[in-house]
Amino acid sequence: MTLYVDKREALEKRFLVPDTEMPAGKPRSLMRDAMRRLRANKAAVGAIIVLSLIIILAVLGPYFIPYDYETPDWGAFRAPPDFASGHYFGTDQNGRDLLARVLYGTRVSLTVAIIATSVSVTVGVLYGSVAGFVGGRTDQAMMRFVDVMYALPYLLFVILLMVMFGRNVFLLFAAIGLLEWLTMARIVRGQTLSLKEREFVEAARASGVSTLPIILRHIVPNLVGPVVIYATLTIPEIVITESFLSYLGFGVQEPLTSLGTLISEGASVIQVMPWLLFFPGAVLVSLLLSFAFIGDGLRDAFDPKDR
Amino acid sequence: MADTRETLLSLTDYSVAFDTPDGVVQAVSNLDLDIAPGETVAVVGESGSGKSQTFNGVFGLLARNARTGGAVNFLGRDLLSLSSKELDKVRGRDMAMVFQDPMTALNPAMKIKRQLAETLEIHRGKSRREAEREALQMLKQVGIPDAERRINQYPHELSGGMRQRVVIAMALLCQPKLIVADEPTTALDVTIQAQILDLFRDLTQSFRTALVLITHDLGVVAGIADRVAVMYAGRIVEEGKVDDLFSRPAMPYTAALMRSIPRVDREAEAVEPIPGRPPNLIHPPSGCPFHPRCRFAEEKCVRERPPLGEVSAGRRAACWFPFIDAEAGTGGENALAETANV
Amino acid sequence: MSEALLSVQNLSTVFELRARSPFAKAPKLKAVSDVSFDLKEGETLGIVGESGCGKSTLGRSILRLIEPTAGRVVWQGRELTDLSAEEMRKARRDLSIIFQDPIASLDPRMTVADIIGEPLRVAEPSLDRKTRRQRVLKAMEEVGLAPEMINRYPHEFSGGQAQRIGIARAIITEPKLIVCDEPVSALDVSIQAQIINLLRGLKERLGLTLIFISHDLSVVRLVSDRILVLYLGRVVEIGPRGDVFARPAHPYTRALLSAAPIPDPDVARSRKRIPLQGDPPSPINPPSGCAFRTRCPIARDVCAKEIPPLIPVEGGTHRSACLFAEEVLRSGDDIASASV
Repeated sequence: MTLYVDKREALEKRFLVPDTEMPAGKPRSLMRDAMRRLRANKAAVGAIIVLSLIIILAVLGPYFIPYDYETPDWGAFRAPPDFASGHYFGTDQNGRDLLARVLYGTRVSLTVAIIATSVSVTVGVLYGSVAGFVGGRTDQAMMRFVDVMYALPYLLFVILLMVMFGRNVFLLFAAIGLLEWLTMARIVRGQTLSLKEREFVEAARASGVSTLPIILRHIVPNLVGPVVIYATLTIPEIVITESFLSYLGFGVQEPLTSLGTLISEGASVIQVMPWLLFFPGAVLVSLLLSFAFIGDGLRDAFDPKDR
Repeated sequence: MADTRETLLSLTDYSVAFDTPDGVVQAVSNLDLDIAPGETVAVVGESGSGKSQTFNGVFGLLARNARTGGAVNFLGRDLLSLSSKELDKVRGRDMAMVFQDPMTALNPAMKIKRQLAETLEIHRGKSRREAEREALQMLKQVGIPDAERRINQYPHELSGGMRQRVVIAMALLCQPKLIVADEPTTALDVTIQAQILDLFRDLTQSFRTALVLITHDLGVVAGIADRVAVMYAGRIVEEGKVDDLFSRPAMPYTAALMRSIPRVDREAEAVEPIPGRPPNLIHPPSGCPFHPRCRFAEEKCVRERPPLGEVSAGRRAACWFPFIDAEAGTGGENALAETANV
Repeated sequence: MSEALLSVQNLSTVFELRARSPFAKAPKLKAVSDVSFDLKEGETLGIVGESGCGKSTLGRSILRLIEPTAGRVVWQGRELTDLSAEEMRKARRDLSIIFQDPIASLDPRMTVADIIGEPLRVAEPSLDRKTRRQRVLKAMEEVGLAPEMINRYPHEFSGGQAQRIGIARAIITEPKLIVCDEPVSALDVSIQAQIINLLRGLKERLGLTLIFISHDLSVVRLVSDRILVLYLGRVVEIGPRGDVFARPAHPYTRALLSAAPIPDPDVARSRKRIPLQGDPPSPINPPSGCAFRTRCPIARDVCAKEIPPLIPVEGGTHRSACLFAEEVLRSGDDIASASV
């Protein structure tokens, strides 16, 4: 008997080998890996720098220039850009400093875009992941609702919302976010459908984890890649939507301004005062390009093939 | 040895390296291997041993970040120096490859008939009718039942085993001198695997084709190979006739590998695992690549890399202390027996 | 002697497939048909069969990861199939599973600590963080992982290490039964042995009962006490390991054994082979009677009439679903060669 035990022990000692070879370096989460790849992408890094500069200027800039966005400078109407007078971007028909107005307009455009995007991300992720994970009839019903929403004409909706919210731009754009989530919900649902077939979700179910914690702990975190990418593409989309609505006169009202409003005003006087179009246009283009490059960089960074 | 034999394919000082963001991966290092006409050679190794990359390189199928070195002589020509156009002529006609997943070799949108006939039309300049007749003939030869009907089907209408037969038929069509099969049965069920291996055995004999069988499964090797080359960390660590190698492995890695696999024909208490895992090929270990996992490693193994030298007639091993050492009497049998009895 | 820990009775799992057209009837795939067996505490049951035979579905149906269509799963006297979702969740701490693909079965965004600790969060929600971490470390030690690995992410590990993490997750709630679904198939040969021995060691130390699903007969022979052979969702043979391997009583088992590669050139050349013709038939439209008859070397007309029941052979616990089991046994000169 003892012999057997001895042999057993001898066997176990030799046959049970641990595998303690450590992976090299610091722990690398997928997020860290993605960020490392993003940092290696020159275009994306450049775009992030440009974007940060624009944001910093939009937020802090107004405190450092002597003019505000609504008070006319009685000594300078329709003044072209001029360093001597301190109107670096010139002034408009009403003598308001264009630099101040551009900074302020950028601020409004970005705020509006961020509000709408966060609303769309939150609603889209929750809606899409629930639909995808629960599946079956629930999924069918939820996605048909999305299809119906898609079918409704966009502008009609905006006009309806205008009637409801009137002058409040921020509420208006929160509402626009409520329209934008449709695509996000579709993307998230598709991802969820494939994620829930993955073995780690089955492992969680086998451990007795119930549905909501599985969605929150396993599905949503694994959606980060596509969601972040799509969000960076949504922001410029909303900036453009805002410009478009302002152009039509639905957006921001005077004396408040936004990039879209500035461009629409500048466009009408392009022949006499080109700077009124040029400066807001340049800012808008740099913003959109930056977001496009960042979105691209993120897509490469999160590319699952590279895992 | 090699010079007295006729050789069909000969790899000399052959290397494959990949440039990756993390560094250079030395997938295959200084390989020497000869394949004689008509023989079946099994190349055995675990994942990352370089067994597949070796022959992907021979066929010019490596990824773009790969670099090859040394010489690959096939029928008197150095394949590495051929242009891709010249290589195309050799591939498919004089040598063919069979992969693990038959769908990689088959066009899903094309009928079996066309796929097979096309090879013949391109490489042998046959007329369409003649090519299709020969294709049907070949399908029958690889044991596809009801071949007249099957030949007009699309690949997705066939089962996995049947598809692999079609791929083998395609490889054999131009009567190549060499077929390289990379894990051809790994995706198949045991009963189908047995059928395919039988097929390989029969066909290589009747067509006098040399076969290189790349596999991780020693059981598959034992049933079909004439010679075996064991690869580890991008190098051949042992090579010899199948009976010699299985009955008296010379290199501790080969012996350990054999002890680590359970056998269906034996009642056993346990198998003995090899501790650790295969090395990282960006920073390979010093000396013998197996020394960190080797129970018999000594200081010399850590310092110097053993060359692949002849240990007995027709046997090569890369080990400072091979089990085969006729005088010393520490035959590989002992190494095997040591644990077979516990 | 002791009562069965788990008793599977006439279990069937049918998948309804999508109909080809809105007017056609939806085809049904019988993945598991009428499977029954008992499992004693501390026993290891090996389930073997080829791909598509329903072995994974059977394992998951027992754990109700897939809802079985008919039949009962009695676990320690309680019927699992009758439990409410909440009761089932509680029962899961005693039942766990190890998956085939070690990396895919670990959430890529979680650390090892969270992955291994997850079942514990469900089973013992009252545990504080520190105790839970202690338990995770203990499980890691048990499976041969270094404690420093606890804050790492799955993709940083090799396949063998990832499977050890999966095993640690499976044992942390101190379960009684573990379903191992092809736990070593995705691993390298030299690593397979490490994991097999680990599982065997854990089974001894923790007194586990295992259901070991594999297509690899040699692995099953090494770990199992009893063997269950599945073909097209049905049990064709079940019995003690020694009997099934040495004296297979179903032609399919014999063919499987004779086709399994043996790493010995002498045996490989000399042994008798029973070649099987063709491929397994589709489980959507199985043949009448004995499902194996289309490939069976000894099939006769009667085999097409009705599904042969599992009948005891050699009067013992060894049972075969072949009308000619005795004949198969008698003709059984040792296929898998000597040295039993």
